[in-house]
This record gives sequence, structure tokens and C-alpha cells, in this order.
Amino acid sequence: MSTSSPIIEFSKVNKWYGEFHVLRDIDLSVAKGERIVVCGPSGSGKSTLIRCVNRLEVHQAGTLTVDGTELTDDVKSIEAVRRQVGMVFQQFNLFPHLTVLENLTLAPMWVGKIPKAEAEERAMQQLNRVRIAEQANKYPLQLSGGQQQRVAIARSLCLTPKIMLFDEPTSALDPEMINEVLDVMVELANQGITMICVTHEMGFARSVADRVIFMDQGQIVEQNTATEFFANPKNERTQDFLSKILAH
Amino acid sequence: MTSTGYQQHFEPIAARRPPTNETGAWAWVQRSFFDGPFNTFLTVLFVALLVWAIPPIFNWTVWYAVAEADNAACRAAHGLGACWGVVAEKGRLILFGRYPFDEQWRPLVASSVLVLLLVLSCLRTFWRPALVVAWVLVYAFFFGLMYGGFAGLTLVETARWGGLPLTLLLASVSLVVAFPLAILLALGRQSDLPAIRTLCVVFVEFVRGVPLISVLFMASFILPLFMPQGTKIDVLVRVLIGMTLFTAAYLAEVIRGGLQALPKGQVEAAHSLGLSYWQIQRMIVLPQALRLVVPAIVNTFIGAFKDTSLVTIVSLYDLTGAVQLALGDADWRKFFIEGQIFVAAIYFVACFAMSRYSQWLESHLNTGTRRQ
Repeated sequence: MSTSSPIIEFSKVNKWYGEFHVLRDIDLSVAKGERIVVCGPSGSGKSTLIRCVNRLEVHQAGTLTVDGTELTDDVKSIEAVRRQVGMVFQQFNLFPHLTVLENLTLAPMWVGKIPKAEAEERAMQQLNRVRIAEQANKYPLQLSGGQQQRVAIARSLCLTPKIMLFDEPTSALDPEMINEVLDVMVELANQGITMICVTHEMGFARSVADRVIFMDQGQIVEQNTATEFFANPKNERTQDFLSKILAH
Repeated sequence: MTSTGYQQHFEPIAARRPPTNETGAWAWVQRSFFDGPFNTFLTVLFVALLVWAIPPIFNWTVWYAVAEADNAACRAAHGLGACWGVVAEKGRLILFGRYPFDEQWRPLVASSVLVLLLVLSCLRTFWRPALVVAWVLVYAFFFGLMYGGFAGLTLVETARWGGLPLTLLLASVSLVVAFPLAILLALGRQSDLPAIRTLCVVFVEFVRGVPLISVLFMASFILPLFMPQGTKIDVLVRVLIGMTLFTAAYLAEVIRGGLQALPKGQVEAAHSLGLSYWQIQRMIVLPQALRLVVPAIVNTFIGAFKDTSLVTIVSLYDLTGAVQLALGDADWRKFFIEGQIFVAAIYFVACFAMSRYSQWLESHLNTGTRRQ
């Protein structure tokens, strides 16, 4: 872990959905290259937390700095931050009216202003990386869930982001497809990109996470190295949660 | 036979053909027309109805009908057969209204060019920015040729324009101009900016709450009262503006339905890639939202096309107005049904074409968006 200034810094971040206080006094700093897994019961604010990083959700109090830019209402700076942050969603969210290749070249061409031929070349590299290059000219809905999610990962990598956010990337997948996605994520983790991953795949957390964060009721309850987190959960809520998800 | 419920080795069962009694022409007839007593009864009843209805219709439309523009023969056949001669006699008046007889090549050419561009606009190959330029040029050409007053063309006031060219102009303008306007209204109604949202809501709700006839009356009689002294906008232009705004309001709601049907994740994914608002609307939201509502859009278009006939109320003689005008002739007044059928047939051809186009477009645009 480097000691330079953090690439993401939450400072007393708060957010409400109407009256519901979803994020409460979040303090969190993520170092460059760090791999973090966020877990916790549903409704605890995990997804909201990472969605604040690329401002899909807007925090209402506190400061949030990503790659040196403080997130405010300024549209230009938001778009600049989003260029550095890739995101993978639970529901894949591929664009169904575009082919796999077009899904991948869209942002590089329009956001990165890269010529089409070059964008396609880069897209094919990313598709090779997630081992799905042969599907480049198909439409997303012609692929299996696992394949779609790998395409989604490749798409978010095309702009060479510094940070990758994963929002329960395997939760919508059939069991036999989970591993093909996790394999890709492990490879990615080993290549030094900063990663924050909301997931309940504890095997994945054990093998790649530098740090595991446990959230409940909008707060960060406990955080520790993966080994310590699983071996010695300190907080009783963490113990309770782990006993439930590791029961079988 | 195994009673233990598992196979030691997996043995795939080869695919077989379906049972033959469920396929073939005879099976289809049986299933479709004689499947049970009630179904059989309906089939017999319907056939009887056809036997009863077809001969008189055939006699009137074909057997005893008079095809020539022979007034005496038509009068003799009246009540027995149709007088299609009225179309031969009054066809040009119905098609071109009061446009000067010797100059009617001008609306013919102008309309042909307009129809040609309409057809080209239906093809996806031509969906590119240049199409907008083409429309501007064709409308300029249409107005220039129809209005004249230069290069030896005699000037023809818009008040004398009529028939099919007028219907085509009204319909195409209110569709072609209303469409982009409707998209902006629909997007505006979903905007985060309260001022824009309110403006769009008020516009749509106001226009939808008023009958088209009122809009036309307002456009032709009330609007001039608010104009500064001396400014005079042609009644046709005012009616075009009124109809366009009216169609746009309806279309905007149809398009908004498509926007709402789009999963939120699509916009979020696009945002997360750093695309800007307009890039997202243009490349992600609209292509998907519009194809969802193709049938409803075409439905609105068909409605708008037929609504153009309401302009007779402000003394513009479109196709339906021109047929009234043509049948004002005492000799031929008796045969108004034939005239109306002729006009109805023209409307039907246009509307049916739109309907078929909508079906083709739907399947064409759905490439890849359904599981195969």
C-alpha cells in the first residue's frame, strides 16, 4: 500500500433518501491501488456508498474527493471524475441496441475522442482480456449473464480508469456463471487497479481484498484486513452477519 | 426400464418430428374453423353473411357501375350501380382543389417531390443529418413552385391551394416538424430544471385540453388580433403552426411513455462512462425509447394525418374540402357517395401504408434487442 495521498477520500459524508438517513458520517480513505470489499446486510448503504464515488448518487453533507477533484454540482468536474472511474452494475446495464463492440467503443469515441479504428482495437484488447472476443458482433441479449457481465467489465475498462467500482457484480448471475466473472475480477485485482467491490462473495474477498469494510445502518461498523476480518470480527454485528452468510 | 430413477450413463434421446396430425393444411382448417360446435356455428354464420352481402356490393361497385364521365348514363344507373364517372369528371378538382387548372402541373411536381422525400425518410439508410437539410430544401421548393411569382410562374395565393397537395403539406409539416419538437417537449418534461419542466407540462396540458378545431380557429381568427399592426401572416402558415403544435403535444406524451419505460440502469451506465446529457439522450435513451413506442407514434401520425381534414373549417380546401367543392355541381351532386369513397380510398392507402411501415420498422429496429 502506498503512503501517498488517497485516491478517494470520504470525510463526514452524509446522505438521505427523503427522511431516510442512508449514509451517516462516512469517513473513508482509499489508497491508490487498494482493493476493498464492502459487505453488510441489504439496505445498509453499501451500494449508495460506492455510487457516491462517481456521483450517481449525490451526497448532501461532508466532502468527497476523487482523484484530486472534490465532487460538487459542477458538471464538467463530474464528467472528468467519471472518466477516471469505471463501474460494473448488478444488472450489467449493457446497451441492448448496440453490438458488444459498439458498447465498448461508444465512450472512447465520444468521451475520449479516439478515432473509431483505434477505439475498436482497444475494445478488442479488452474483450480478449475478459475472454469473449469472439462475441464482439453479437448483441448483448444474445449472450449469457456471465458473458454480459464480462462485456460490462470490458466496457468500463476501455477508458483506462484509475478506479473500478463493482456493485454486486455476481448477484444477478446463475450459480454456474459466477466464477467466470470472479476470475476476471481477480485478474484485474492482480494488475494493480484501485477497486471497491460491493459483494457477498467471501471467497473473493479473502483472496484479493486488502481491506474488508462492514456496513450496517448507513455506518462503517468495522474494517480490517481480509484475514483479520474473517478470523477475528470485533463487532457483534459483524460476527452476526458473518455467521449468517458463512453458515453453509 | 429403471425403477431407481437415474441413468448410469447419459444417453441423449434423438430429436423426433412432431405428430403429423397437428400439421398440414387440413388439420389447420379443422383447427381454425371447425373446432367444436360453437366454432363451427360461427363459421357457418360468417359464410352465410358473406353470401348475403357480397352480391349486392359487387353489383353496385362493378356490375351496374358506370365508369365513364357520362352524366345521363350515371343518372340512369342511379340506385343500381355506382357512378365512378364522377371521379373521371371531377378528379382533377378533387385532387387539386381550386388551384388554376392550367397550372396544375406545379402541385403535381411539388407533391411528387414531397412524397419521394417522405418515402426516403422512412428508410434507415437516410437517417442522417443531411435529411434535415433535404427537408428544408424540399419545403422551399414546394412553397416556391406552388406560390410562384418568379421565373414566369404566375403567383397563386395560398387560399387557392387545395386538394391532395394541401393535405400532403399539412400532414407532412405537422409530422416532420412536430416530431423533433415532441422529443424536446418529452425530454423537457423529465428535466431536472423546474422552469423547463413547468413550461413543457403547461404547454402539453394546455394543447391537449383543447379541441383541434379550437386551435385552428384561434390560429386563423384570434392570433391576428394579437399581431402588431401591419404584420400579416398567411392563414395557411398560421394553420400549419397550430397543427404542428397540436400534434407535437400528443406525440410528446407518447414519447414520454417510451422514456419512462427505459430501465434507469441504462442512463446510469451511460453516466458512469462519462457521456454528457445530450450524448446520452441521442445515443442511449432516444434510440431505445423511440423504438418502444413505434406503434403509438405511428398511431398518432395516422390520427394527425386524418385530422388535417379539419382545416375546411377555416376555409382551406384540403382533399375532403375539395371533394365537397367538386360535388357542388348540381349535375353531379347526386353522386357524392362515389366521390367520398374515392377520397376515403386515398386516405386509406396512405394510412395503411403508414401502418405497414410501422410493423416493418418495429421488426427491423428490434434486431438484437430480443433474445433469439
